[in-house]
Amino acid sequence: MATVRIPPVLRAQTGGQAEVEAAGSTVGEVLRALTAEHPDTQSQLFGADGDLNRYVNVYLNDEDVRVLDGLETGVSDGDTVVILPAMAGGR
Amino acid sequence: MAPETQAKQQVEEIEPFEAAQEIEGGDVVLIDTREPHEFQEARLEGGKLVPPGLLGDEIAAAAPDKSARTILYCRSGNRSYKAAEQMQVLGYEDVASMAGGILAWQEQGLPVVAAEGMTPEQRDRYSRHTLLPEVGVEGQLKMLNAKVLLLGAGGLGAPTALYLAAAGIGTMGLVDDDVVDASNLQRQVIHNTERVGVPKTESARLTIEALNPDVKVIEHRLRLDASNILEIIEDYDVIVDGADNFPTRYLLNDASVRLRKPVVSASILSFDGQISTFVPYEGPCYRCLYPTPPPAELAPSCSANGVLGAMAGTMGLLQANEVLKLVLGIGEPLIGRLLLFDALSTRFTELKVRRDPECPICGENAPEVPESEMGQFPDYELFCAG
Repeated sequence: MATVRIPPVLRAQTGGQAEVEAAGSTVGEVLRALTAEHPDTQSQLFGADGDLNRYVNVYLNDEDVRVLDGLETGVSDGDTVVILPAMAGGR
Repeated sequence: MAPETQAKQQVEEIEPFEAAQEIEGGDVVLIDTREPHEFQEARLEGGKLVPPGLLGDEIAAAAPDKSARTILYCRSGNRSYKAAEQMQVLGYEDVASMAGGILAWQEQGLPVVAAEGMTPEQRDRYSRHTLLPEVGVEGQLKMLNAKVLLLGAGGLGAPTALYLAAAGIGTMGLVDDDVVDASNLQRQVIHNTERVGVPKTESARLTIEALNPDVKVIEHRLRLDASNILEIIEDYDVIVDGADNFPTRYLLNDASVRLRKPVVSASILSFDGQISTFVPYEGPCYRCLYPTPPPAELAPSCSANGVLGAMAGTMGLLQANEVLKLVLGIGEPLIGRLLLFDALSTRFTELKVRRDPECPICGENAPEVPESEMGQFPDYELFCAG
């Protein structure tokens, strides 16, 4: 199982949970386990083509999956997947 | 060799006015037994620096004649007394320690050679900075000469501005076109109840001027856009991005990469904050991190949502900390690192941010911007709505 960190803007779609446990051997499988459990997150994370939306950054532990193998990046037990959309608030 | 207790009894102590008379009479070797940063700050004219830890190695060069009259001083008279004891053991015959040190000397109105560029008031005000070896007088002068631009005098800008002003950042530009609202006061600590309705730049300037008269505040009471951004940011050394919207963040990024200005960038929402430092071509830029802005429903602003004031303050002070390090050229700024702060769990998470070779602004294949098009930017409002 991996731990998925949910950003504040997506917590309404996960019943307020900031962290969700999800199974999968790749980042893609983990995220699909998340969307299966919390279907409302699907359209926020993935485009119609099944790829990650460009405005959503996903990190495996502290590394951006874009510089790893993207959704194919392997995930081990105990890894953390961080979902991070840009935030603009400054006020 | 004489026993130590005996040596101690033998050290002659003289009052600052006696030392002053002797120094004026000439033929006195004057030794400053403090640390280099203290010596830099203020010293007696003609004083030669021999730090206590280096006395054994350096005293022979500073005071070659063991029979010459030698006066030692330090800050308050303790270190010079001990150094005098050591010198007597080394065979110096006519050593005196100035009682009360340079503090007593100054209390009696006797003159010192002060570090260039700082007034006595400034030496006092910034003493807790200059006592840090990493800062020193030189570092404080860098701060006093620095020009920092803050985008937004709000949740992030307010705490950032307060601490930069206290630190003695000599010129601070404030960009904000808003007025103080009562709902701002829960977190925007640079404003106050009496200033509701007052432009934020003016309110912030009044607070800063009361806090530190060394700071010159430049009010930019406007919204940054493509037509004015280059002109505004080009005069500053460091830019602090506390903007509340994506168009301004992307515009600032693209303009700051063109002008090679470092940007300390933070954002806040509810209990969460993030911060990174973007130094063009040294590390990634904002677009390397976030190639495109999220759609509106995923990009709520604090004006419509809650935000914990203390979290905003924490992020604002992390920004101030980054700015001071950039100005001083010390430590490790958050270049290529994104720091997340979750106030609810009090947890910091650090993520790596890489330069994107495909970045349209700072990547290898990014087009060169000709001088004639320096001030032209795409329509960011459209870009962000799309």
